[in-house]
Amino acid sequence: MGRKTLETVRRAAQKKWEALRHSDDPVLFFGAGSCGLAAGAAETRAAAADWLKAHGRTARLLDVGCIGPCYLEPLMDVQMPGRPRVSYFNVAAEHVDRILSGLFLETEIPRFHLAGHFSDADIEGVPRFFDLPMLKPQVRVVLRNCGLIDPDEIDHYIARDGYRAIEQCLAGPWEDVLDTVKRSGLRGRGGAGFPTWKKWSTCRATESDTRYLICNADEGDPGAFMDRSVIEGDPHAVLEGMLIAAYTIGASHGYVYIRAEYPLAIRRLKTAISQMQAYGLLGDDILGSGFSFDITIKEGAGAFVCGEETALIASIEGKRGMPRTRPPFPAVEGLRRKPTIINNVETLANLATIIRNGAEWYAQYGTETSKGTKTFSLVGKVRRTGLIEVPLGITLRQVIYDIGGGTFKAFKAVQSGGPSGGCLSAEFLDTPIDYENLAAAGSIMGSGGLIVVDADTCIVDMAKYFLTFTQQESCGKCVPCRVGTRHLVELLSNACRGRSEAGDLEKMEKLALTVKAGSLCALGGTAPNPVLSATKYFRQEFLEHMVNRRCPAAVCRDLVVYRIIPGKCTGCQRCVAVCPTKAITGPRSEVHNLDPEKCIKCRSCYEVCRFDAIAGDAIVIESV
Amino acid sequence: MSGDALGALLAEYPGERSQLIPLLQKTQQIFGFVPQPAVKRISRHLKVSENEIFGVATFYAQFRFQPPGRHHLRVCLGTACHVRGGEQILETIRRKFEIEPGGTTADGEYDLERVACLGCCALAPVVMIDSRTHSQMSVLKLQGLLDGQKNAGDGPPRRAEEMGSA
Repeated sequence: MGRKTLETVRRAAQKKWEALRHSDDPVLFFGAGSCGLAAGAAETRAAAADWLKAHGRTARLLDVGCIGPCYLEPLMDVQMPGRPRVSYFNVAAEHVDRILSGLFLETEIPRFHLAGHFSDADIEGVPRFFDLPMLKPQVRVVLRNCGLIDPDEIDHYIARDGYRAIEQCLAGPWEDVLDTVKRSGLRGRGGAGFPTWKKWSTCRATESDTRYLICNADEGDPGAFMDRSVIEGDPHAVLEGMLIAAYTIGASHGYVYIRAEYPLAIRRLKTAISQMQAYGLLGDDILGSGFSFDITIKEGAGAFVCGEETALIASIEGKRGMPRTRPPFPAVEGLRRKPTIINNVETLANLATIIRNGAEWYAQYGTETSKGTKTFSLVGKVRRTGLIEVPLGITLRQVIYDIGGGTFKAFKAVQSGGPSGGCLSAEFLDTPIDYENLAAAGSIMGSGGLIVVDADTCIVDMAKYFLTFTQQESCGKCVPCRVGTRHLVELLSNACRGRSEAGDLEKMEKLALTVKAGSLCALGGTAPNPVLSATKYFRQEFLEHMVNRRCPAAVCRDLVVYRIIPGKCTGCQRCVAVCPTKAITGPRSEVHNLDPEKCIKCRSCYEVCRFDAIAGDAIVIESV
Repeated sequence: MSGDALGALLAEYPGERSQLIPLLQKTQQIFGFVPQPAVKRISRHLKVSENEIFGVATFYAQFRFQPPGRHHLRVCLGTACHVRGGEQILETIRRKFEIEPGGTTADGEYDLERVACLGCCALAPVVMIDSRTHSQMSVLKLQGLLDGQKNAGDGPPRRAEEMGSA
């Protein structure tokens, strides 16, 4: 397709988009990302379809990606003819009737489970959706389309300025694109934060007949789902970014290396790629520019280490995903020994907007050294969980309290950077988030997982969790990583079981430094970070475990007991019914008895007492 | 016949080393696991030794070498799920079905797998039963689900006040 035809396509796409926005039929949008579906979006949609049928009404039902506040899922937006789109939160199937009856049969907007509206004008008593406390401080560049457009519809993307940036790039020399990206200050969003333009120019400067571009969608950090959400919600933003990157570095073939655990994202990508092919945005002579590019999807087979560039390349080549020494860096010698650029999903998803709005526009956000915005998955013990995008330089406090609404119990720590990162204590809450500050504090930016924990979380247990993960995921090539992480897990497990010996803490710290120093790749090089930061900022908690054999957060199973508080127990027998080992006994209306010998600490009684029982909170878990 | 299915699959792929992982993935789709005779045929097709193929296959968490159960239970143990009680969820399944992660119940009904992150961290802890993900699990909710109680679905009473005032 030539450039003229793209203009024709764009006009048609805009008509289609406007027709949807001002549709004569009601339109129902369902937040159907993996998170929405997990919360029950499919059931909500089915209930809405049933309601329409039962009431003889018609409407368009659309699945959209995740708009961000996952804790409000399932989200159902409704746009009645001539009225603005309004969003309803936590819409379970049983809520559908009340909401749709109100909208279809009455004139007032039902307030039941109403989150906000998407109109430019004010509606009395209804907040604007993007003014909700979780969304207001955000700046949406990467997420600009997520949750708003139908991700399976290339025309929606095109109508909202999609594929304008690549058109603009192809009209000039690749050097101009490189220069724009350089001036924007964009750094790799996968975690390490290497300047994107620098990597690109190394690749471009390497003589070769073939160059490759790989989109790294092997989002392996547990607790992080930014890439999944972006691909599910706006796949074309990533793919247009790939076109821009490929044009700049002179690549003729690209791969998306994506986790097999993300089936919906893979499906969305496949649809998007075939739509691009149909529009001539992939293949030979794209937009009549002479630039040719193709994309292949490679499904990862489940190995955390494959997020590492050289391991990822080995995996695409059909080998065990084991890292190799660098240099040569992949930008010089990568896939099939050709110069290869590996960019993270989010890095790529930024590109089109940077090109369209200009480098200066992008660089207005952020700090001196870290420009632009960054997506984070804000999860853990925070009230408002979900996917957010904020300008770099925002403080952890703003993210956790203003956006996240604070923690359930007293704030304890925030973990960034996944298994390679660290735990930061309350003294760092006013630290501005950027690459340098987080590194100086002993953590890393990482790909964007922010796990907030409160007083109910045990830091020793969490350190053990991360080390268990890296120990399992170590490829085994370097002895300090393979054996060292195993010993670290052992030392941490002993602490959690109250079996530590004198000197274990020092031994652990020394070993952690050895693993760091003696490993080839970033997995081993950063694996001890969770231990080192935790022992530094939460030393007292380690000593409690290792010396006093207590778990102050009452998490470590070997160090806690379950106990019934006689003054609170009403003898309702709910706990007796759920106890799998018959450890709890007692007749109705009398204080029950819990036999610690029989108790397997399964938590059933604790939960039933808290949520279902008459007394509530009569069973406590405590460390003695 | 699944034997023919493998033959048809091999015919689709050129005998290139880089096709090994996609071939293993497709093989697992056909059989539910990677059977030894299939490895032998892939080995001949790609001219890569069986030893090497097992080396690659065992490196990746996705491949299994035992037939799966009729239903798949996957417990997410990503960080968010862990801090919100994922271990207790795994423990509950272990106890109920007397299986370890990676194993299958004696009657072949269920297999159990622990996965590191399904990407639904904001709704942790998460369990996947076959292709359906269940969010915000608790020990009790899970037991309800496993007992096949219909009302154990999702949609917990969440707190509207957490949205704050706009």
